[in-house]
Amino acid sequence: MKRLSSKHEAFATLAQVWPSFAMKLITIDSLTVAYVGVVALKNVSFTIDSGEIVTIVGPNGSGKTSLLKAIIGAVVPQEGNVDVKSGLKIGYVPQRLNLDPTLPISVGRFMKLSENATKRECQRALEQAGVAEIMTKQMSELSGGQLQRVLLAKALLGSPEMLLLDEATQGLDQPGAAEFYKQIEKLREETGCAILMISHDLHVVMSASDRVICLNGHICCSGTPQAVAATPEYKELFGADTDGALALYRHNHDHKHDHNDKNPTNSTEATH
Amino acid sequence: MLDDFMVRAFLAGLGLALVSAPLGCFVVWRRMAYFGDATAHAAMLGVALSLAIETDVFFGALIFAIIMAWLTTQLSGRNYAMDTLLGVFSHSFLAVGLVIVSFISGVRIDLMAYLFGDILAVSKSDLGVIWVGTLVVLGLIIWRWTPLFLTTLNEELSYASGFNPKREQLFLTIALGITVAVSIKVVGVLLITAMLIIPAASARNIARDPEMMVLVAGVVSCISVILGLRSSYVFDTPPGPTIVCVALAIFIVLNLINTLRRLKL
Repeated sequence: MKRLSSKHEAFATLAQVWPSFAMKLITIDSLTVAYVGVVALKNVSFTIDSGEIVTIVGPNGSGKTSLLKAIIGAVVPQEGNVDVKSGLKIGYVPQRLNLDPTLPISVGRFMKLSENATKRECQRALEQAGVAEIMTKQMSELSGGQLQRVLLAKALLGSPEMLLLDEATQGLDQPGAAEFYKQIEKLREETGCAILMISHDLHVVMSASDRVICLNGHICCSGTPQAVAATPEYKELFGADTDGALALYRHNHDHKHDHNDKNPTNSTEATH
Repeated sequence: MLDDFMVRAFLAGLGLALVSAPLGCFVVWRRMAYFGDATAHAAMLGVALSLAIETDVFFGALIFAIIMAWLTTQLSGRNYAMDTLLGVFSHSFLAVGLVIVSFISGVRIDLMAYLFGDILAVSKSDLGVIWVGTLVVLGLIIWRWTPLFLTTLNEELSYASGFNPKREQLFLTIALGITVAVSIKVVGVLLITAMLIIPAASARNIARDPEMMVLVAGVVSCISVILGLRSSYVFDTPPGPTIVCVALAIFIVLNLINTLRRLKL
């Protein structure tokens, strides 16, 4: 069911033949993060290569956010290190904004914060994220799905080699989240940028990934979505009722029209 | 010109108006209203200690406002929530300050002047301090505008853009400390938060982007100061509270206009 782009398949094959072609963007080596005596992450190691989609899943308190903070440099690790390819441009998509109702800001103005982007570049990024027509809207008027896409669009400015998404679909319903992940997949095809997602949104996230890392303070298991979903560690962590997670995702996609009315952001765009 | 107490009062008020507008917007956006209040109360201890050792109250107030702001940002989230800590520190600082003042014998101190401000008694040197403080805070905010704003929206986003939110928080804390210290003579400890929040909240009714909101808040503050001082002279009312009353009137009017405009749509 999972269809990689032909471009990416060719890329993957090439990477197998010639391993150095797949550049390591981020190398995390025996990372340990602790706050005032509480260990959030212990001895975590993995790498992210250019062009791949990696999803990190884990229950609350499993250290997902700490991992992400370590990558962007917001926490200093106790041990180990995070080696980021020099000059790597990372686009960060936060979970949400502290957008007080008293804060007036248009989408266009938000896009230009901290980036010297032209109006055309902003417009293009918004198109890539699937929200073309909202430059002049106020951020506070956006729906959850639109806001998430604007955050994605902002991260896309400056053509990052890697996107970092923190629980990007929180607050979206399941079809909305599935829709969002479709957009991410499409982005990877178009731009070839690597994607690291953090999620506990198991039902929809996993099928879009090349690799899933299951986190619970340490790495429980990792591999392809199908392989991870089949491991006993995964089932123990997320309970037996997640058995049908991948199946549910497929089901949703085959019957998209049943769910359309729930989320206005879905209705205008066709899938597949 | 500066020999006229009314001219000095206007200049002091306008300095406060300019400094409180941008900072007030951040206070509103970051929901720090109570934080501003607490910092102001804590400054009273600084005022008392300055009087005790007979130095300028500005520096005492500044130091304690910053200590207070720093303490709460450092300690919050450990054992107590932020508002609990603020409540503990601000009111005990205020109480200790008032007790210390009662011990200072020989000097007759008009406490009301510090609680509600005494803008008509602003001296030339006060005016100098107020305007230097104003320019420092304005400079700080213009210089750090983007990182401060990004940090307000999302700390991780700020990190990922290459800024350090903790440092930006510190800048904001210092700016708040200076503003409180500068405002004490103008509107007093109890009404500082009003000057921070009311103009910013009024501006929200008109502004479509953040810079515009700061600008409108500045205009609202200046009008409040000018009209407030004028009315206090005409009606013989206390200047600080009168300025705040004018600001409140503007707030109500702008909200009414905004509501009417929405109803029409």
